Amino acid sequence: MADVVIIGGGVVGCMIARELSRYQLKIVLLEKEDDVASGTSKANSAIIHAGYDAKPGTLKAKLNVRGNPLFDKICSELDVPFKRIGSLVVALTDEELKALDELLERGKINGVPGLEIINRERLFKMEPNINKEAKAALYAPTAGIICPYELTIALAENACQNGVEIRLNSPVVDIKVENERMLSVITPGEIIHTRYVVNAAGLFADEISKMAGAEEYSITPRKGEYLIFDRRFGGIVSKVIFPTPTKISKGILVCPTVDGNFFIGPNSNDVQEKDDVAVTQKGIEEIVNGARRLVPDLPMRHVIASFAGLRAVSNTDDFVIEASKKVKGFVNVGGIQSPGLSSAPAIAEMVIEILKEEGLELKVKSDYNPERPQIFKFRHLSSEEKKELIRQKPAYGRVICRCETVTEGEIIDAIRRPVGARSLDAVKRRTRAGMGRCQGGFCSPRVVEILARELGISPLEVTKCGYGSEILKGRTKEFIETGGVAGAK
Amino acid sequence: MQSRELVIIGAGPAGLSAAVEARRLGIKDVLVIDREPEPGGILKQCIHTGFGLHVFNEELTGPEYAERFIREAENLGVEIMLDTMVIELSADKRIVAVNNREGLMEIQAKAIILAMGCRERTRGAINIPGFRPAGIFTAGTAQRFVNIEGYMPGREIVILGSGDIGLIMARRLTLEGAKVKCVVEIMPYSNGLTRNIVQCLEDYDIPLLLKHTVVNIHGRKRVEGVTIAEVDENMKPIMSTAKFVPCDTLLLSVGLIPENELSRMAEITIDEATGGPVVNQRMETSVPGIFACGNVLHVHDLVDYVTREAELAARGAASYLADGGKKYEYVPVSTGSGLRYVLPQRINADAMTDSRQNFFMRSVRPMNKARLIIESEKGVIKSKAMRHVKPSEMISIQLGRDEVIGIKMLRFSLQEEGDGVERDG
Repeated sequence: MADVVIIGGGVVGCMIARELSRYQLKIVLLEKEDDVASGTSKANSAIIHAGYDAKPGTLKAKLNVRGNPLFDKICSELDVPFKRIGSLVVALTDEELKALDELLERGKINGVPGLEIINRERLFKMEPNINKEAKAALYAPTAGIICPYELTIALAENACQNGVEIRLNSPVVDIKVENERMLSVITPGEIIHTRYVVNAAGLFADEISKMAGAEEYSITPRKGEYLIFDRRFGGIVSKVIFPTPTKISKGILVCPTVDGNFFIGPNSNDVQEKDDVAVTQKGIEEIVNGARRLVPDLPMRHVIASFAGLRAVSNTDDFVIEASKKVKGFVNVGGIQSPGLSSAPAIAEMVIEILKEEGLELKVKSDYNPERPQIFKFRHLSSEEKKELIRQKPAYGRVICRCETVTEGEIIDAIRRPVGARSLDAVKRRTRAGMGRCQGGFCSPRVVEILARELGISPLEVTKCGYGSEILKGRTKEFIETGGVAGAK
Repeated sequence: MQSRELVIIGAGPAGLSAAVEARRLGIKDVLVIDREPEPGGILKQCIHTGFGLHVFNEELTGPEYAERFIREAENLGVEIMLDTMVIELSADKRIVAVNNREGLMEIQAKAIILAMGCRERTRGAINIPGFRPAGIFTAGTAQRFVNIEGYMPGREIVILGSGDIGLIMARRLTLEGAKVKCVVEIMPYSNGLTRNIVQCLEDYDIPLLLKHTVVNIHGRKRVEGVTIAEVDENMKPIMSTAKFVPCDTLLLSVGLIPENELSRMAEITIDEATGGPVVNQRMETSVPGIFACGNVLHVHDLVDYVTREAELAARGAASYLADGGKKYEYVPVSTGSGLRYVLPQRINADAMTDSRQNFFMRSVRPMNKARLIIESEKGVIKSKAMRHVKPSEMISIQLGRDEVIGIKMLRFSLQEEGDGVERDG
């Protein structure tokens, strides 16, 4: 019998899990994929927004502005890099100039600190590579950048340390309700009886809500495509650079990443399927053209990867965060599109308040530890620290990923940590092995070998991202013995 | 801090050849550092033949070719430090390297030869649309899985790009029982050596689709197929020609990039055309005492040329160690029409270590008949008729010291002959 079952291991689910792990509760988090941060949380703009963008009075506006200042403490507790680099909304036309004033006003109403409109001279001083036609910009010093999957993984690890049971590869197949109260959540492997369910299922939150017989709403996947560039050109901009926004989107931006690369994107197109993360030729052209309006001279030869993510857009056009009136104990946390990442800490606070109102008793644990186990990033250590670490743990002296200087010690640690990596992508998200300019060309065979050794499985069983995505198809000679493809079973 | 006379970064064909030559020239203290647990570099996984025709007058496999240099290096007392990664290089020739035995090492070298090789261009660099499932490999990564680890990356394979590694892998995977459905090349000509087109594709009835590219990758978890389409003159896909090819694997053989991250760290000037350092007649980079050779300098198609270039770099390092970094004036070597690059990019005839200087270059496009023209400020000093020039096959020509002494500039160009029309690349 669980007190709370959280459905969804994205940043919202993991943030709620960690917040709840402060209390004496039995908490189970269910994630359908083989790792946390496998959906929207792994492919988004990775920005902690200042909060001027959302319409005043909405949950988006309120929770964004409340969430933003909470990141410093969370990231320092979890040892997750967070850089408050500030953002600029650039106006290129007189019309856009007017829109800047509106944004500034809106920001003031939302309670965003430090906003100001800066002139061309200051803008070009801050950002010399910006389009020379820029007229002015809205500067928001509190905006920041973060690695969203690193944050999500850190939250999950810390929640796990504090007693939350995290079940991966556990899609919810049914939810049982009795006398309009939550009874149980069913996955292919088990039936979990629970008093409370938090539905943080991202793109699938509408389906989960329907499964429970709770309030109906719909989630539409809205695709955003991105191109990421070699770290060598990371300095092209120093702040998050937005165009002046349109009604449906904050627009295509040029933005540094916390790991020193920069990206362009996203566009914004509704798609039919909730797993349609295919990058399109049209989409690439769209984001390149969009980004060139801001930074005309992009090093297009140094793109290292393209990817797409899906926003979970609800038909209410705002976050859906409320206790169900139809099913006692069921709490919806749906429609968490931008600024969902920025709002996540405030969403977790709000959900805990809701659970309290719904009768969940919260008794603080004496042994709650807000810090996750120490993590070593070899490339960030000083020479002395490197020497000492290798002396203690020699595996940190063997570089596996040459582009990002990731050592065997870090990969082993990523596999052995709480909520440890089980696939190539999971190792990549935890260590950056394979995320550099060669995109895993050199290190992937070695990471496959380490995963197989650590997990006690055959290299043939090692996957890219869970069952069905095995990297290798067989041993050499195997296909000849079965008569090659024609005779293969 | 250790002090060493000559440090060579990389124990592939370039690094090993340079080490052997350096010892032969009497440099006593030669240290080779390599990140892999075994020396030989990429040759370890090149188990096909075709290596050594120029250097040994024999047809060897990659491991055999490497083995000769490894043995020679051992005989000559070259120290090879394996499983060790150089993580820093500075212009004052200080190296920081790391391994799991000695930990972090700081090494001060008197001279350095860069021989780090190259890496493969990836999907991101060419922006192929579609999903990102398992089953997309660069050809070299697939080669490593098959030839070193003993695993098959797939059963039904499409290869994008007709670079040599892709062609070699088409044959290799076919021999291992996989079905290679086609090799797709966006250019109107192949990017591999002619002998590889014949021996790896034609002999196995593997279709080579020129002027085609992959426009979509299908499959959420594992590749389920690719959409290929013909391209127009501007290399834009013609979508009406698109067709789906079922497969479980896509191999990419779309080019190689010299790995110059360390060179950049040492503020060595990089030639945008080659992707490698700008060098002089003795393969010395813009930083005196740091030399470069092999694929880190420019991508080669034959290992024999790598060895020759590495030996020249070793002679350069020896002369540097002997003359203590004497300053020279250089004559610029420029790239004229018809050529993508010429190397070395600058020379000093007096400081040539050999009586003849090799120049390497690549054409911008295939030409049936062409004339290579070498000019100085005084006019044409040499010209040579050439046949069947291809961008994938490096052109090499020698000039004697007597031909370049006293000149103020050198300019190489390649003019197409036969149809009387000169097209500019």
